Amino acid sequence: MSNPYIILPIISQLFTAILLMFFWTQKNTQKAISVIMSLVTLGISVWLLTIVLKNGIHVTQAGSWEAPFGITFIADPLSSLMVLLTSLAGLAVSIFSVGSVRNARVRFGYFPIFHFLLMGLNGAFLTGDIFNLYVWFEIIIISSFVLITLGGEKAQIEGSIKYVTMNLLASAIFLTAIAILYGLVGSLNMADLSIKVANLENRRLVNVTAILFFVGFGIKSAVFPLHFWLPASYHTPPPAISAIFGGLLTKVGVYALLRVFTLIFVPDEFMINLISWVAGLTILTGCIGALIQNNIRKVFSYLIVGHIGYMIAGLGMFTEAALIGTVFYLIHDIIVKTNLFMVSGLIFKIKGTFSMRNLGGLYKEYPKLSLLMAIPIFSLVGIPPLSGFWAKLFWVESGFAIENFMLVAFIIAGSFLTLFVMAKLWAEVFWKDGDKLPKKINVKYFWELKPLKRTAMVFPIVFLSLISLYIGLGADHVIQLSTIIGKQLMDTTPYIEAVLGPINESQP
Amino acid sequence: MKTIIFKTASSYLLPLLLLFAIFILLRGHYLPGGGFVGGLIAAIAFVIHSFANGIEKTRGIIKFHPGFLMPIGLALALIAAIAPLFTGGALMTGLWFENPVPVIGMVGSALFFDIGVFLVVVGVTLTIIFTISETI
Repeated sequence: MSNPYIILPIISQLFTAILLMFFWTQKNTQKAISVIMSLVTLGISVWLLTIVLKNGIHVTQAGSWEAPFGITFIADPLSSLMVLLTSLAGLAVSIFSVGSVRNARVRFGYFPIFHFLLMGLNGAFLTGDIFNLYVWFEIIIISSFVLITLGGEKAQIEGSIKYVTMNLLASAIFLTAIAILYGLVGSLNMADLSIKVANLENRRLVNVTAILFFVGFGIKSAVFPLHFWLPASYHTPPPAISAIFGGLLTKVGVYALLRVFTLIFVPDEFMINLISWVAGLTILTGCIGALIQNNIRKVFSYLIVGHIGYMIAGLGMFTEAALIGTVFYLIHDIIVKTNLFMVSGLIFKIKGTFSMRNLGGLYKEYPKLSLLMAIPIFSLVGIPPLSGFWAKLFWVESGFAIENFMLVAFIIAGSFLTLFVMAKLWAEVFWKDGDKLPKKINVKYFWELKPLKRTAMVFPIVFLSLISLYIGLGADHVIQLSTIIGKQLMDTTPYIEAVLGPINESQP
Repeated sequence: MKTIIFKTASSYLLPLLLLFAIFILLRGHYLPGGGFVGGLIAAIAFVIHSFANGIEKTRGIIKFHPGFLMPIGLALALIAAIAPLFTGGALMTGLWFENPVPVIGMVGSALFFDIGVFLVVVGVTLTIIFTISETI
């Protein structure tokens, strides 16, 4: 179904960024615009998901150039869901930024760049053209380079060097893979590629290209053994920026993997083995890495890696149930990880440190806030009926169904390790009697902030916690949605037909 | 590089290069050229002027901070891109005026997109170069 308005989520973020640039020097105006326009974008995303669920897949051809020659934008349930999640996380972080980002950073264009980043994310989710996907990836990483270095603290610069190097490398590999793919079939439209790649004779060359894509996206989504840049860089920028990075940036990689490996390169036995092993080892390295960390943001960074492994494992099993699990986990993970990094920011504002050894006694001082922070922490572990639990049910079930016990073992081990890590974090940060920490001069503590700023820091955590609770307790709805998406990931005919028109079976 | 020859030449080069930039911008729809190259040439015109006469003089010519061109250019490009949406067309579909404009020829939304790119490129280049030469 053709609908030119599906690109509105991209347009509204771009419009916001431009509007913010006009108010470059007025920081309060910028904050107001950012929050209001994030709300507007959230509204647009909700509308997009509703019409896609109601009327099926929507497509628009940019410049009215017909597919496969022009650039296609396509809103299927998966991409509109991702746009909605981006808007939710974007709104939360936008409000959190109002409370927590320093004025110096706002003066150097924090908010415009933040919205350019969100525009890039929305673009990456909505595009139906593999080269256009690369362009959106570039927009994302260029904006994230600015965000990660903004402020220019020593640790930030150190972290950003690792981040920039690895991501540029990933882009180069991704671009090479696109070039080879174009050389093979002469098309860039993903729906068109899906048909043409399936008809290729030379499967070995296809597999090599597939692995190049896997490596490129793998670096971006931080899978073993290409994950080491993530824990080395995500703990350096301010919490608001880590929140959007931790919540969304790696998930774009997962989204791209899901898209490419269900649509273009349907995995054969070799790829499935490769993906499964990589997924298992990612779970293990991520969760074990989290065990020994002391900085809470590093703990969360390692857990990101571990939980990326879960989602890749769902792809590795490659059954409908496993993909439903992956989609469910994706929804849960974006909300919870964004929330956790904001929680870490709040803890820092209260105590002035990220170190678990020095932290403590938070529960005694702020019992209500601590209970609030418990929601994302225990959702992440997946204590039933909280949101992390349901996806694992799908994976374990389908792992037994296809007798892939290795992945089931890895997933269960990962869950226990996560539980251990989070229990340790809870005990250290909240229950342990904390020492009186020396007051730092250059930190503005929570109780020194104005009430408005305090609300701006706590409100988004409440907001995302409520969504987490909904995902857990109202799992029925989310599972329904994930089932629709999982079905479409396995059977891509509706996607292809939406782009190219009805497929004529008689044609070669 | 404050030599008399360079200084004299630069005061002639500035208008010439700006005119050339606009020429390149306008011919860009079907022939080599366009907003990006045109913008670079326009930026070079100002850079040459600043080399010969010092940055303060060039700032005096431009009157406002070149960074301000970025949002204006982006806004223009955005409007040109989304204009077809209001008539129900797809993003970036070319809309054309019915009659050719004298000298320029056919004018459509693509030209405004190009002008937007032109302004952004001038803005970005001059901001970067002015900032760097200030700190040296």
